[in-house]
Amino acid sequence: MNMKYGLAFIAVAAGALLAMATLMHWERPPMASTQLGPRGVGMVWTQNPRTEAIVKSKNIAPESDPPAQLSGIKVKDSPDYQNVKVLGDLDVEEFNRLMGAITNWVAPDEGCTYCHNPENMADDGLYTKVVARRMLQMTRQINTMWTPHVQQTGVTCYTCHRGNPVPANIWFKNDGPPHAAGMSASRQGEGLASKSVGMTSLPYDPFTTLLAKGAQIRVDGTTALPTDKPGASIHDTEVTYGLMIHMSEALGVNCTFCHNSRQFASWSESRPQRVPAWHGLRMVTDLNETFMASLQGTFPKNRLGPSGDVAKINCATCHQGVNKPLYGVSMAKDYPELRVANP
Amino acid sequence: MIEYQNIFTRTQIHGPADMGVPLPNGGNRERVGKPIFVHLFGLLGDAQVGPIYLGWLGILSILCGVIAFEIIGLNMWASVNWNPIQFVRQLFWLALEPPPAKYGLHFPPMAEGGWWLLAGFFLTASIILWWVRTYRRAIALGMGTHVAWAFAAAIWLYLVLGFIRPLLMGNFGEAVPFGIFPHLDWTAAFSIRYGNLFYNPFHMLSIAFLYGSALLFAMHAATILAVSRLGGEREIEQIVDRGTASERAALFWRWTMGFNATMESIHRWAWWFAVLCPLAGGIGILLTGTVVDNWYLWGIKHGFAPEYAYDMWAPVLDPALAAK
Repeated sequence: MNMKYGLAFIAVAAGALLAMATLMHWERPPMASTQLGPRGVGMVWTQNPRTEAIVKSKNIAPESDPPAQLSGIKVKDSPDYQNVKVLGDLDVEEFNRLMGAITNWVAPDEGCTYCHNPENMADDGLYTKVVARRMLQMTRQINTMWTPHVQQTGVTCYTCHRGNPVPANIWFKNDGPPHAAGMSASRQGEGLASKSVGMTSLPYDPFTTLLAKGAQIRVDGTTALPTDKPGASIHDTEVTYGLMIHMSEALGVNCTFCHNSRQFASWSESRPQRVPAWHGLRMVTDLNETFMASLQGTFPKNRLGPSGDVAKINCATCHQGVNKPLYGVSMAKDYPELRVANP
Repeated sequence: MIEYQNIFTRTQIHGPADMGVPLPNGGNRERVGKPIFVHLFGLLGDAQVGPIYLGWLGILSILCGVIAFEIIGLNMWASVNWNPIQFVRQLFWLALEPPPAKYGLHFPPMAEGGWWLLAGFFLTASIILWWVRTYRRAIALGMGTHVAWAFAAAIWLYLVLGFIRPLLMGNFGEAVPFGIFPHLDWTAAFSIRYGNLFYNPFHMLSIAFLYGSALLFAMHAATILAVSRLGGEREIEQIVDRGTASERAALFWRWTMGFNATMESIHRWAWWFAVLCPLAGGIGILLTGTVVDNWYLWGIKHGFAPEYAYDMWAPVLDPALAAK
């Protein structure tokens, strides 16, 4: 009799545990771990070789087209090309090669007519053409002005687009799903299972606050003892924490890839990788405010976010789960015309 | 022998229900309800359920607790627009957040933390009423008040986190949200903001007492179960009337670690370890942000944070300083 109850109890407990276990995300061992810092500080990069293989297969840079046979005629001098505002200095053959590449990178299924009016290629009637022109300027800005982040690897349209007219990883101002009206407590921008912050309950839109010029990402106390200057609030800290979780997820790395987690703020104990990451945060802010925001009036309503704002860039837009986009393969070196400074 | 090597209680005594000792009058009302026996409960504790005595303290405490629970739960449900599926699905993620820091110590609008203050008030009232109940029930039974004071240690930590420290910091935005994952996120963010709580000496002490409590509990429980066939279950009597169980247990520990507690001292050890865990922790939280802003830098200042050789890469400089 006792035995029966005991077994029933164990079965119920085991069943409940099993139900919980199946609801969660599990990864089986073994994991690959790489020591990143001095011994004893736990600076280790943990990777799952099996998911890593899947990520690898999704981040392969396509073969570059063979170099163009230059014709000696510049686009701006050719009567066949009109209304070319950014790439006028290119050789006609170089220009055609780049147009073909852009089609493959951005709109492989839709083809030239995704941006161009086939009756008149010079026509700016399609908004996509206007956006594409601005994006070319943005690519040049990244490759020339933001080398502290992209180094000599640079970017092309493919870094973000990967064959999609709209890159898979973009963000809009996010007020979250509907909330009950009346005097019920505000979520204060957190407390939901949110993909943007790695399925934590941290603030789900750290981007609007922190990917803005002059944003204060740093929250740690800077002195041992308090000063008269008020420090960051706990909520501010959670917003920064959310942004850091996004970076970690977007790059497929853990905190200690850049930081020594015993003191996140300390630069002298950080890895050199934290410096390009710092520039990266400023880069996306610049790109969003200079380029994406300038297209606010260009995009049709269906391309705007729920609050009517334009699509914006964060770390995941280029990185897509890899610490070096496309595993560091430089496509830009085969397209030097994308590495020319904007006038 | 096998009876004593089971994780469940193997001995269930079937007899007339124990109605408890008679109490002196002094406002103590009759215990109510006819006791029942539940075999499953008997596997974990006593099979007898009831009779019960709540009294006005108990009833008020439960009432306040239910009000707090409802305020928290209904606001969580409202945060997913009264969607029952999302409420269940995201329950562990949902929160009732304290007021933003900008409201300071003023009462904020209900939607901006007012509900949090109200829930906190009722939860605190419920806990304090229950504390008074544990104290008064102990006195009524002619017991010492050890349980009440141990409970008070936990209430100290709770009050420091949600009330005393926010008062000293000047805003309730410093306090802990209600919610399963949100309060854990708060804990991590709190540690990050104040420079890593692991460098807080009172946090260190608290951890030592926490792990120590678990160790002492395991050692004591194992010792008593191991000598129960020799009369060890009469451990309290053996404080003054040492029997063979007590002697064997003592000798076992002298043999294995060179030192032993006594049937009395082991309980004082366990009580103080358990009580000092939230007591020390509460002091550590109270000092955080009020007198120390970054525990790691404080650890450097006082020379106890170890230094490591970061020679695997060239020295890294803050680019914000380089930009200036």
